[in-house]
Amino acid sequence: MTTARQRRTRREWGLAALLLTPSLVILGVFVLYPLGRAISLGHQRCDATGTRCRDNGWDQYLDVFRSREFQRALGVTFRFALMTVPIGLVLGVALAVLVDKQLRGMSVYRTIFSSTVATSVAVASLMWFFLLEPSVGVLADWIGGTAKTPGLLRDDSTALWAVAVSSIWANLGFTFIVATAGLQSIPAELYESAYVDGAGGWTRFSNVTVPMLGPTLLFASVVLTGRAFQSYGEFDLLTGGGPNGSTTSLTYLIYGKNSTIKSDLGLQSSVAVLLFVVLLVLSLVQVRSVERRVHYGN
Amino acid sequence: MAYGSVVASVRLESVTKTFGPVGESGDPASVAVDDVTLHIHDHEFMILLGPSGCGKSTLLRIISGLEEPTAGVVFIGDTDVTDMEPKHRDVAMVFQSYALYPHKTVQANIEFPLKVRKVPPKDRAEQAEAAATLLGLTDLLKRKPGQLSGGQRQRVALARAIVRRPAVFCMDEPLSNLDAKLRGETRAELVALHQRLESTFVYVTHDQVEAMTMGSRVAVMNRGRIEQVGTPAEVYGRPESVFVAQFIGTPPMNIFPAGLVERSEVIVGIRPEHVAIDAAAALRATVALVEHLGHETLVHCRAGDLRVAVRLDADEVAPAVHTEVGLAFPEAHRHRFDPATSRRLTSFVPADVASTKGAGA
Repeated sequence: MTTARQRRTRREWGLAALLLTPSLVILGVFVLYPLGRAISLGHQRCDATGTRCRDNGWDQYLDVFRSREFQRALGVTFRFALMTVPIGLVLGVALAVLVDKQLRGMSVYRTIFSSTVATSVAVASLMWFFLLEPSVGVLADWIGGTAKTPGLLRDDSTALWAVAVSSIWANLGFTFIVATAGLQSIPAELYESAYVDGAGGWTRFSNVTVPMLGPTLLFASVVLTGRAFQSYGEFDLLTGGGPNGSTTSLTYLIYGKNSTIKSDLGLQSSVAVLLFVVLLVLSLVQVRSVERRVHYGN
Repeated sequence: MAYGSVVASVRLESVTKTFGPVGESGDPASVAVDDVTLHIHDHEFMILLGPSGCGKSTLLRIISGLEEPTAGVVFIGDTDVTDMEPKHRDVAMVFQSYALYPHKTVQANIEFPLKVRKVPPKDRAEQAEAAATLLGLTDLLKRKPGQLSGGQRQRVALARAIVRRPAVFCMDEPLSNLDAKLRGETRAELVALHQRLESTFVYVTHDQVEAMTMGSRVAVMNRGRIEQVGTPAEVYGRPESVFVAQFIGTPPMNIFPAGLVERSEVIVGIRPEHVAIDAAAALRATVALVEHLGHETLVHCRAGDLRVAVRLDADEVAPAVHTEVGLAFPEAHRHRFDPATSRRLTSFVPADVASTKGAGA
């Protein structure tokens, strides 16, 4: 005999399953199945048509990881993240602090600073392409991109920085909005208390603003790192992975039109899975290492 | 300790504060503080009392330097501090929300004002230790505010205020986030702290019990103006306006429109404890409600549109509800106010100012 409690539990489980089904289906079709398929494809080498593949076993992952192409792309990706994330964070917070005032007209600046959120990567990249390309670019003229030099986008030593600048700009709106939300959740009394106690602007910033923004900054840095590792459009539109592979990131290696493995579905999947693992580990490290020092409120 | 070694009187001279665009400063809605002159003596415990929106907090913020007055002058001691930043004023502030830094330990919170002033770490620790000892926080120094109870946080906020030994303490409703029991205890502790520090306290509250029990003097504020400044006994026993008469005292003073109690055209007020239930009295009223509070009994009567509260001692027999009683208003206990200005008519002084019963509560 079942008790009323058991009957209720069973009914609740039924309802839970029913309510969860739609999201589970979507998750399964668009995330779990593709992930599993990529992992299995990563074992294989395929021909250009992608129909005839042969299994290479788990060793293929190790081989890919050790390969010169992968290592180089990993290096490019890391450098790209190191260029974009810290600068993006600092700029986003700085802009947010600048307009976090109860002054007339500040909302205009807020709109301007957050506008890049509404700009697609393609538009942002094209815009920067037109600024930096020597033949048409306005900025290119200023930064010495004259006929003598190939231009920032065509120079091994500057191409990655040029892409990074475009990416920082495109992500600035996101960081700005997140930082603004974080700033507005800091109680005014904390600043007032510090002010009465004699703290100047910088002391208030370092003792109140920065620590109170901790959780926000951690969140933004994890998201920005993820975005940096997954950036593709900028590389594709601005440099096409060049010159000489100096901007071939992991994503570009997987999918780019100039990639050396562009016709091998197996190798592409292999790199994609490795990118997933790298990013997963990195995010965990980020959260773990910073979390202890971040204060989440009471 | 060297608390209170400096003369820390606070003088506000014709201080006005308006908010909003300059062009609209004539709009009464934007005037928070309206031409206030107030002298707070050295070592005094001054209470700024009034309903919400009366300008008391703004006045406190003007003293602490968080707000700049639109007009008027502020002195601390003999120094004109009107245009001075808070750090040069030698004031400390305790906020209603305590404003503790949640990411810092209790010790770091208390030390913060010293750190800002570049006090060497060793001295910092010593002074923080002394302040923590004074407030019974020594066991909690390594904790963070999130791990403390409301009362403990309140003490940390006080410790952070006293650690710098300021001349003037500004407190903005520091007890209102505590539960009733703790509030009662902390009231007594704050009074003791004031006596020990011998500093000047300026304390904002809307709670008349706090005002009556803690203040050396009380400034009762209404609509940006000061209605009356006096000792708790004075504001209770000799209210200068109808507002003060009704704001202080629970239940408030009974106020009768002109011509009702006396022939002359004055408003008459009388405290509930001074109304006599007298079968022979001319004013007949019906008892609407009787509240037995243990130490006293409140009898609420109705006579037409008029409501009269009567306070009886616990040992007096209260009339039953719905019965008719006669109410008498002894001449000696009547307060008279000008119907035009609502101010007290000074020609008349009730005989018993000195012998008024316990204030408020």
